[in-house]
Amino acid sequence: MTTISKKIGLKNNNKRLMEHVIRFSLIACSVVAIFVTIGIIFSLIFETIRFFKEVPIMDFLAGTKWSPQMAMRADQVGSEGAFGALPLITGTALISFIALAIAGPFGVYSAVYLAEYAKPKHRTILKPILEILAGIPTVVYGFFAAIVIAPALRTAGVTLGLDVSSESALAAGLVMGVMIIPLVSSISDDVISAVPQSLREASLGLGATKSETIKNVILPAALPGIAGGILLAASRAVGETMIVVMAAGLAANLTFNPLEAVTTVTVQIVMLLTGDQEFDSAKTLAAFALGLMLLCVTLIFNLIGNWIVNKYREQYD
Amino acid sequence: MTDQSNINPLSADSVVGLNKRYRRERIYKNLGLGAITLSLAFLAFLIISISYKGMASFQRTEIQFNIEASWVTEANGNALTILKRLVKETLPNVTGRKARREANGLLGANAEDELNATLKGFGSEIPPTFTLWLPSSDNMDMAFKGGLVSLEEGDQQGLSKRQQTWALFLAEEDHLQKSFSLGFLTNGDSRDAERAGIGGALLGSMFTLGICLVLSFVIGTMAAIYLEEFSRKNMWTSFLEVNINNLASVPSIIFGLLGLAIFLNTFGMPRSSSLVGGLVLFLMTLPTVIITSRVALQSVPPSIREAALALGATKIQMAFQQVVPLALPGMLTGTILGMARALGETAPLLMIGMVAFIADPPSNILDSATTLPVQVFLWSDSPERAFAEKTAGAIMVLIVFLILMNLTAVLLRKKFEKKY
Repeated sequence: MTTISKKIGLKNNNKRLMEHVIRFSLIACSVVAIFVTIGIIFSLIFETIRFFKEVPIMDFLAGTKWSPQMAMRADQVGSEGAFGALPLITGTALISFIALAIAGPFGVYSAVYLAEYAKPKHRTILKPILEILAGIPTVVYGFFAAIVIAPALRTAGVTLGLDVSSESALAAGLVMGVMIIPLVSSISDDVISAVPQSLREASLGLGATKSETIKNVILPAALPGIAGGILLAASRAVGETMIVVMAAGLAANLTFNPLEAVTTVTVQIVMLLTGDQEFDSAKTLAAFALGLMLLCVTLIFNLIGNWIVNKYREQYD
Repeated sequence: MTDQSNINPLSADSVVGLNKRYRRERIYKNLGLGAITLSLAFLAFLIISISYKGMASFQRTEIQFNIEASWVTEANGNALTILKRLVKETLPNVTGRKARREANGLLGANAEDELNATLKGFGSEIPPTFTLWLPSSDNMDMAFKGGLVSLEEGDQQGLSKRQQTWALFLAEEDHLQKSFSLGFLTNGDSRDAERAGIGGALLGSMFTLGICLVLSFVIGTMAAIYLEEFSRKNMWTSFLEVNINNLASVPSIIFGLLGLAIFLNTFGMPRSSSLVGGLVLFLMTLPTVIITSRVALQSVPPSIREAALALGATKIQMAFQQVVPLALPGMLTGTILGMARALGETAPLLMIGMVAFIADPPSNILDSATTLPVQVFLWSDSPERAFAEKTAGAIMVLIVFLILMNLTAVLLRKKFEKKY
């Protein structure tokens, strides 16, 4: 900092030049973010277009069979490989749904307790501890799901007489749900806190108990914002990779049974691109098509989610 | 209707209803408390079960041997020959090829290196007799840590009947011990579980994070300074803002795809290198650093800017000499939190090939490397039981680093927090 000021102090001409240089480098730095976006969009779109030259777009979006391994062997019958992404989409949806079924109620009830019931002293302790759940690396959750939760579910399934796959969607979904509890809870907390005090006081003044006030007044007022928060959580769940890579399966089953193994879009991207293969095969290009699909879905979820959350956060200001 | 109901405005019916309502109130409150408690219980269960598993990776099982100098000279100092002799002399009934092979299998793959190191330390003066604790094989290690059982009680996984008898014999003679070992932190990766450590992965993580830190701190804070202090409110800046906010929520695996397409395939940078890993993590953390740095800059009151400008400072002087020093702790906090996220990130690194088995620690940023979370992923895939323990150990180290980084961030914020 001192060197800059010394140089600036030297001469008026130098000073002006220096100001220009600094200003220019500041602009250059902020443009990096734009280049990243452009890079992402172009790298995905170019490879995707090349992929759709080999595989028709409808086969990809509506096909029910996913077995890219076959594409590696030209001599084999059906050497085209099957690139129907439908089983991956349903698998992703299933696991994300399980995760949200966990994170939704847990997150919202935690937020209700933190915002409405907890004493400020407890709140300042509980909130950061809850946030730790979001800070644990996903690879740790994946390991935990594969080593502890999946075998436990299997054992539980045997006692109940159910056939639970060792890579069941349930195990991955459960653990992913726990991971996104803090996300749902902190957004819900914000939205609930933004509900004006006058609404609370009016309800309590009319003789409602606290829980009646929450159920009949606060939650309805906060509901759209909470829904937006859950949409943001859904975007996280859809894009989550490591938990599903380690705990969910590789087989592309078109099923909605949470006890069976399903695979997801992110798992297949990882599987297609790890290991050695030439870059131009339909197999690797398929990963970019999946990536583009993933980007579009998460982007839409995020845009809508953020729009709703911001709208209802500010509504009462 | 009795007289009483006229005196008391609450009829019996409504009192019953009131109790019901109060009960619902309690249930509802406990529901919220239960949700938090369960979440935290899960967190505790996760950390405790992993720590319980992982603690063992900092311990190794060692077998005691009493060595005579003559054995060393007879073997011409060849460690492998000496080891075979040691096993034969120490254990009962080592007869036949199969038995000899099984007996040698009790020793770890690193026993030879350690014996060599000891012999080297002696130089030419070998004491007539000396005792040495040598590391056991991973199967023996697992069996001893899990608690040895007699043959009648059951089989030890991974040990043959004969090996099990010897293990019991060694335990009875007090020739077995668990010792604290930091080898796990310094060794590179290995196919042998008893040799494998996270030294290489730690170094790889350091290289990758170093690159990520420098780039994202410099570029991230500069971008934030531009957006907060210099840019005018117009279409262009609001486009930049929307762009940065959306980038922050792009799934991390997409950044891996970007790195693969741009850095590896277009620019031809070396695959699996820490350089590419660092660049990808930089792109991933950049939006977070920009957003937190902007918040830090926003917390500096306008009066400071106005005072500087009124005294004749240029805008650059105002920004770099007055505003940035005040916002720096906040910016650093944001950067550290971004780094903590980058440290735990795995998925984008898989895309750029950092997932290969690498035994030697990287010596520069262009070398093939792996990082701590990727090492966790690699080991978790291994069928050998001993690697599950190593995985848990690596996770413990990872979590300790994350806790340290987050603590630093919190302390930094506490120390320099100013209320204007």
